[in-house]
Amino acid sequence: MIPAAFEYHRPSDIAGALSVLAEHGDEARVLAGGHSLIPMMKLRMADVPHLIDLQDIADLKGITIDGDTVTLGAMTTQHELIADEALFAACPIIREAALQIADPQVRYMGTIGGNVANGDPGNDMPGLMQCLDARFTLVGADGTRSVAARDFYESAYMTERDDEEILTQITFSATGAGYAYEKQKRKIGDYATAACAALITKDGDKVATAAIAMTNLSDIPVLSEAAAAALVGTSCDADAVKAAVAAALEDIDPTEDNRGPVAFKMHVAGIIISRAITRAWSGA
Amino acid sequence: MKDEVTREERVTNLKGLGCSRKRVEDARFTQGKGNYVDDINLPGMLTGDFVRSPYAHARIKSINTDAAMALDGVIAVLTAKDLEPLGLHWMPTLAGDKQMVLADGKVLFQGQEVAFVVAKDRYIASDAVELVEVDYEELPVIVDPFKSMQSDVVLREDLDPKAPGAHGPRKHHNHIFTWEVGDEDGTNAVIDDADIVAEESMYYHRTHPCPLEPCGAVASMDKVNGKLTLWGTFQAPHVVRTVASLLSGIEEHNIRVVSPDIGGGFGNKVGVYPGYVCSIVASIVTGVPVKWVEDRMENLMSTAFARDYWMKGKISATKEGKITGLHCHVTADHGAFDACADPTKFPAGFMNICTGSYDIPIAYLGVDGVYTNKAPGGVSYRCSFRVTEAVYFIERMIEVLAIEMNMDAAELRRINFIKKEQFPYNSALGWEYDSGDYHTAWDKALKAVDYEGLRKEQAERVAAFKAGETRSIMGIGLSFFTEIVGAGPVKNCDILGMGMFDSCEIRIHPTGSAVARLGTISQGQGHATTFAQILASEIGISADSITIEEGDTDTAPYGLGTYGSRSTPVAGAAAAMVGRKIRAKAQMIAAYLLEVHDDDVEFDVDRFVVKGAPERFKTMSEIAYAAYNQAIPGLEPGLEAVSYYDPPNMTYPFGAYVCVMDIDVDTGVPTINRFCALDDCGTRINPMVIEGQVHGGLTEALAVALGQEIAYDDMGNCKTGTLMDFFLPTAWEVPNYETDFTVTPSPHHPIGAKGVGESPHVGGVPCFSNAVQEAFRPFGNRHTNMPHDHWRIWKTANDLGMHD
Ligand SMILES: Cc1cc2nc3c(=O)[nH]c(=O)nc-3n(C[C@H](O)[C@H](O)[C@H](O)COP(=O)(O)OP(=O)(O)OC[C@H]3O[C@@H](n4cnc5c(N)ncnc54)[C@H](O)[C@@H]3O)c2cc1C
Repeated sequence: MIPAAFEYHRPSDIAGALSVLAEHGDEARVLAGGHSLIPMMKLRMADVPHLIDLQDIADLKGITIDGDTVTLGAMTTQHELIADEALFAACPIIREAALQIADPQVRYMGTIGGNVANGDPGNDMPGLMQCLDARFTLVGADGTRSVAARDFYESAYMTERDDEEILTQITFSATGAGYAYEKQKRKIGDYATAACAALITKDGDKVATAAIAMTNLSDIPVLSEAAAAALVGTSCDADAVKAAVAAALEDIDPTEDNRGPVAFKMHVAGIIISRAITRAWSGA
Repeated sequence: MKDEVTREERVTNLKGLGCSRKRVEDARFTQGKGNYVDDINLPGMLTGDFVRSPYAHARIKSINTDAAMALDGVIAVLTAKDLEPLGLHWMPTLAGDKQMVLADGKVLFQGQEVAFVVAKDRYIASDAVELVEVDYEELPVIVDPFKSMQSDVVLREDLDPKAPGAHGPRKHHNHIFTWEVGDEDGTNAVIDDADIVAEESMYYHRTHPCPLEPCGAVASMDKVNGKLTLWGTFQAPHVVRTVASLLSGIEEHNIRVVSPDIGGGFGNKVGVYPGYVCSIVASIVTGVPVKWVEDRMENLMSTAFARDYWMKGKISATKEGKITGLHCHVTADHGAFDACADPTKFPAGFMNICTGSYDIPIAYLGVDGVYTNKAPGGVSYRCSFRVTEAVYFIERMIEVLAIEMNMDAAELRRINFIKKEQFPYNSALGWEYDSGDYHTAWDKALKAVDYEGLRKEQAERVAAFKAGETRSIMGIGLSFFTEIVGAGPVKNCDILGMGMFDSCEIRIHPTGSAVARLGTISQGQGHATTFAQILASEIGISADSITIEEGDTDTAPYGLGTYGSRSTPVAGAAAAMVGRKIRAKAQMIAAYLLEVHDDDVEFDVDRFVVKGAPERFKTMSEIAYAAYNQAIPGLEPGLEAVSYYDPPNMTYPFGAYVCVMDIDVDTGVPTINRFCALDDCGTRINPMVIEGQVHGGLTEALAVALGQEIAYDDMGNCKTGTLMDFFLPTAWEVPNYETDFTVTPSPHHPIGAKGVGESPHVGGVPCFSNAVQEAFRPFGNRHTNMPHDHWRIWKTANDLGMHD
């Protein structure tokens, strides 16, 4: 549990961080809250000769809500997401989900940027960001680009982000949709056995829009468009929920681990998705 | 001088027996001021770290240390070849086997110590570990003890397959011992003829004590004066000193072993580990102190595990439910070396307490120990030797019998409890239970939870489930346990030949305060608090004025250490006895000072008073002062004493536990709604400390029952090497415990105390497990194995067709 030696860099602006990245290429990695990266380094599963600590870069911090648009600086901690009342008013599902990540100690350190950039299928924020249809801003030597969360994840630990880019912020629209983030885990501090984010809006007594996304049930977060389609236009009755669950289960591909075999995970996923939809609908 | 405080106030000021005195240790622990092994830093100290085997079974073709040695700051890389000339490449285990200190020709489990790197600091040592090149040739891996007993693969090539082991003949080259207690033929005859027989096989999974602080040591060989000082995480520092002397040839007076603050032991720190031996050797070789502290993964993967018992039972009864016989066979997976920490004559510990709290006329226990490619150990994790296994076994057999008889399990227990008037009770498997009042405890516990009301509620819940109104079911877990603690009488209990007595020495200072030292060592049990209370009541000096010291073999009297809830039954008894010696001398001094005959003064709380004239007295402080400053004819100056206590018997704490649980059959998630624990540990020294011990023991019981395990895949890879997968409950997972007690003092212990630290674990594991299993009883469940994590609970529901 002792990491290999590394060089520690602590730039005070994005340009400074980019230049260290450019100089050392894949020998360098940025450090946010460190609560995914440092354990990997201690296990010597990640070899990072140059560690670039982002904590002094003021531009990466803060939560802004401008009209309908919510912007989260990458270095905003999960604790800050939970504590922010304006964010809660604009998008309450963030608090609900963030409270289900790890424990307070981890949340004081762990950041939203690290959580979505990490690419670990166990991270909770990527699925939620897909559900919210968030966009990630990436800054690199060649400038700035914006990638949809729904297009960001390629496979475990592989994302659209280029090694020499920094994820600077996350933007999405405020939403008054009914919401739920349901997560089953073995204990506090555990990644999901199955988790599901649901956002549902209502038109009269019918589902107007729906977004259903799942965590740790494939090697990437999964947004199930088919599940949403199964709900839209229905009154979210038992049959509709059943159809949505069936559609969502088609889209996932869990693997066996210490949490249990695939059959168990598929079954629990069905229950969790169904609960998320039902609760989101009840608040829609 | 007129006495202004009332007698009641004097008793209060004493803070003796029965007082919920705050733990004196906590001031330093809660402020981060503890002094643990890793806090010890000596000038010039080096650090050691292990190269460990990635394979569970492999031959070592070569080890190349050149690259590691070339790294700046690396002082030495030790392998078995370096230890061999000293005879230290293998070491004896506490179970009469031997164990490789560093891999000698082959490795037998994943994580086994292969080489020991000594470097200037921890970072360099870790880098160097990666540079040691070991060429392995993989061998077939055996992780199943039943397959091991059939396999042609010889795990222990160092042993003569034909020669008997430390505990008698071996049946197979991977077999360690057979241990039998009781009358097998007689038991079989009773069972064959019985009205009712219930049979069950159960696996008590492998788990690990996982103390907060892992194991470690600092060895410092002073070449000038020839003295070796060894600090370490030792639950038995004196035994370590003796073993170190025997192994190294250094005379025992030249070895000082110190257990500083220990961050939890739970049995994990009883044994001797390669890290201790290697740090000693490295210090002798380099002439400077060497520290070794394992990390969490090393702790979980290589230091002593617990349980791993495959238990097969048969229990017979009359139509009325009176148990007539019990048969138990255990296949015990001991891993690569037999490193169990049990008294020598008990290779399966006190597993023969498996008749439990019941009056069972005839019984038989057979245990076969087997080698596999897993880490060695087999320690008693928060229980006396294998008592958790025994109690789990009998408490499951009772439940299975209740199912077989379609009977209420609480009633079945009541019918079979040993009756109050039967104590002292001789069990069929050879123990003499010193005392008990099981019916009273049981009735009190069941009343506290409104047992009948719970059963009604459960019936309604079953009906609601069957009607499709709910997907949640309710379990009522019961357990009644009898622990056997306080090892133990020297006539039948020893470790490596050393009798399991314990000791206390006290020195009263002239101004009436004192320092007392014991052969035990607290790892969180609060000895500094409670032993002072025993002494306070015996001697009449406030507990606040008595310093308790343990763990330094240069100062403490010899003792066998702390595990198996033996501290209060044995060292606590020694404390009471030493207090009585002090009191006897104090009586003579008081009589002299008061100018009366010895028999004319009597002890009263904190003083001796003249009989019939309580206004004439001498306080203990006055007596202490006189002991040093007055020439008393016929008496030596000073006021100190030592007592070595060989207990006449074990003590037998017991308790009645009830757990009420909801289970979501669709997700397998349990919710504990109530847990009521009634403990009888005899005389209660400090109710608050007892409460703390009960909470801790129950929490570790919850852990084991609901998810905590050391699991291996077929290749012998440990799948649970980090706290992400190894379950340690937090406040979030733990229910609000309700505690209660009865008091049945031990008739042979000087103050009637029995030991309590492990009871809640022993009683808690079957209680949590029974709650899960009982919830499924109305749906056809008979037995499912622990740990009851979500997926296994879900599987039970699935197997019972509850998802269809
Ligand atoms: C005990 C424990 C339990 C946990 N449980 C959960 C859980 O239940 N759910 C959950 O979602 N997470 C969990 N986590 C992970 C935690 O939320 C992490 O904090 C989070 O995954 C990563 O955020 P970080 O700020 O710590 O990132 P770091 O660990 O610093 O970085 C993670 C990765 O992202 C990269 N990175 C970080 N920031 C940026 C950026 N701005 N631009 C580009 N790349 C970047 C880093 O280079 C690194 O590769 C747990 C962690 C622990 C230790």
